[in-house]
Amino acid sequence: MMTSRSRYLLNKVGIALFGIFATLTLNFFLFRVLPGDAIANMARVPGGSVELREALMRQFGLDKPLWAQYVDYLVQLAQGNLGVSYSSLRPVTEEVMRALGNTVPMTLLGIGIAVIFGVATGILAAWKHGTAIDNVITNTATIVYSAPTQWIAILLVLVFAGILPVSGASDPFAFATDFWSVFWDRLKHMILPSLTLALATFGQYTLVTRSAVLATLGEDYVFAAKAVGFPVRRILAGYALPNALIPIVTLVALSAGTVIGGSVVVETVFSWPGIGRAMYDAIVQRDYPLLQGALLVVTVTVILINLAADIVNMKLDPRIVE
Amino acid sequence: MSGIIEPSGIAVSLAEPEPRRLRLDAKAIAAIVILVVFALVALAGRFLPLDPGAIDVTKIFAPPSASHWLGHDDAGRDVLIQLVIGAWPSLVVGLSAAAVAVLIGGTLGVLAGYSRGWLDLVLLRLMDYFIVVPALPFAMVITAIWGPGLGHLIIVIGILLWSTTARVVRAQVKSGRERLYVQRAQALGAGHLHILLRHILPQVIPLIGTTGSLAVALAILTQAALEFFGLAGTGVLSWGTMIRFAFQRDAMLNDAWWFVVPPGLCICIVITACYWLAQSLEKALNPRLSTTDLRVRSFSLRSAREGA
Repeated sequence: MMTSRSRYLLNKVGIALFGIFATLTLNFFLFRVLPGDAIANMARVPGGSVELREALMRQFGLDKPLWAQYVDYLVQLAQGNLGVSYSSLRPVTEEVMRALGNTVPMTLLGIGIAVIFGVATGILAAWKHGTAIDNVITNTATIVYSAPTQWIAILLVLVFAGILPVSGASDPFAFATDFWSVFWDRLKHMILPSLTLALATFGQYTLVTRSAVLATLGEDYVFAAKAVGFPVRRILAGYALPNALIPIVTLVALSAGTVIGGSVVVETVFSWPGIGRAMYDAIVQRDYPLLQGALLVVTVTVILINLAADIVNMKLDPRIVE
Repeated sequence: MSGIIEPSGIAVSLAEPEPRRLRLDAKAIAAIVILVVFALVALAGRFLPLDPGAIDVTKIFAPPSASHWLGHDDAGRDVLIQLVIGAWPSLVVGLSAAAVAVLIGGTLGVLAGYSRGWLDLVLLRLMDYFIVVPALPFAMVITAIWGPGLGHLIIVIGILLWSTTARVVRAQVKSGRERLYVQRAQALGAGHLHILLRHILPQVIPLIGTTGSLAVALAILTQAALEFFGLAGTGVLSWGTMIRFAFQRDAMLNDAWWFVVPPGLCICIVITACYWLAQSLEKALNPRLSTTDLRVRSFSLRSAREGA
């Protein structure tokens, strides 16, 4: 007999697996609709013959039918092989993983600031519902959320150039190699990109937290708590907020896609050597294997984050499984 | 107006209740005014013979002056005139992409909500997938493969942003379908088409207003990001490409804020207007949103007001 918990989990894992599989498939066919094929350029060497073309086709497995190529692709993926980058001639897996290592701390810092700030302002706005404070918070969140990320980034560069580093992830001329010097150097380089990301995304957390808290404030148990005469602080922290957490957690996970999109922009402006920057460079240099690998890793990451949110929500509210 | 006087002295109308009118608040009116002004500017930029001037090396990054309110760009051309010319592609691409998204989302949403069973399930999974998928990276990759160009941007953005509309529409259709009067119409022998057109669509159309304005906002932001990556194609002058040029040509290092700030500010204002419109429409359509309140005094205040 299956409990409703495990059925819920199984369902969510199934959806995530379906999403990953759809992404793999989409990723394969997306790059097959390219005009020409991968060897069109390679065979265009001086004296390139039809035989050379055919030999290359065989070597890359492009003479096989499409479904066989698809199976090859899945088998290679299962072994962690994402192909070889055209521009660096190194394995894409290696390149993508290194880039991801740079993206994760910067993005986490940014989204951390955004969530804390957004949730705090959202609660404040809900608490002061209908007052000037609520208006200021709601409108500020909306207006800042409306600003294009690249524009926020460039404005921050305009304001902070010379005060904080605006390019790269570390100082290439730094002498000190002890832990704290390196740490400070990294952190200093991280401030502006993370701040941009935080500014570009916090608005949605503010607005959703505000409406989630407002919705719980209309519940009967809040009414009862008010009638008993509990202080506002206790009503908020003990009753309204815990119940408002589910939409907030769901939103944070759902926003992973937008946040990744934001970090592509941020990394391009600040020359941050992360996965977004790698995607931009791959587009400019027509490095399709790298582009394909990066897109795959980014999408699968986002799907897994959403799965994690479903599990967290189950812990927050066990009733969700029914 | 015909009516009777109740014993309490309150006149009660016997006439048909007035159809609920959409009451728009100040925010919605401000948003509409902003959007109309920008639409007029875009039309002016499209149809008036405006010219930002020839390349002039004596005016590179020249600051704003009385004759050139927003100064000059890296090639010595007038920024204000470029801003007006750039309005048309910025707004038209965003609107068209949102229209594509709403059309796909609305159709699939109605289809999913109206059909029960496997079709609904398949479409629901599809919506879930497209809601989760990171739109901007996907849009970048598809446009890079397909080739840059404004027409391509419209379609790519449209096919990536439809899922929110679809979900909202699906939920509305699903609940609408179960209503008693719809079932009654069905029992009277009404066909699917009749039910969809006469009973379901009127409930869906107002929702299109809110999700549509959100879609426009998202589409314009995505478009600006794609243009920032150089995926608009060559020779396109829009707010998004202006930000790209300002970045590429180091307007920041020359402190030429007049080249960076205006295009981004225009995008920001237009999108804020779209969000305000969506927020106001939602409030007007769903009055329950404004009934909750924590302030202790408000309860007595409200009952006092109602009693008066």
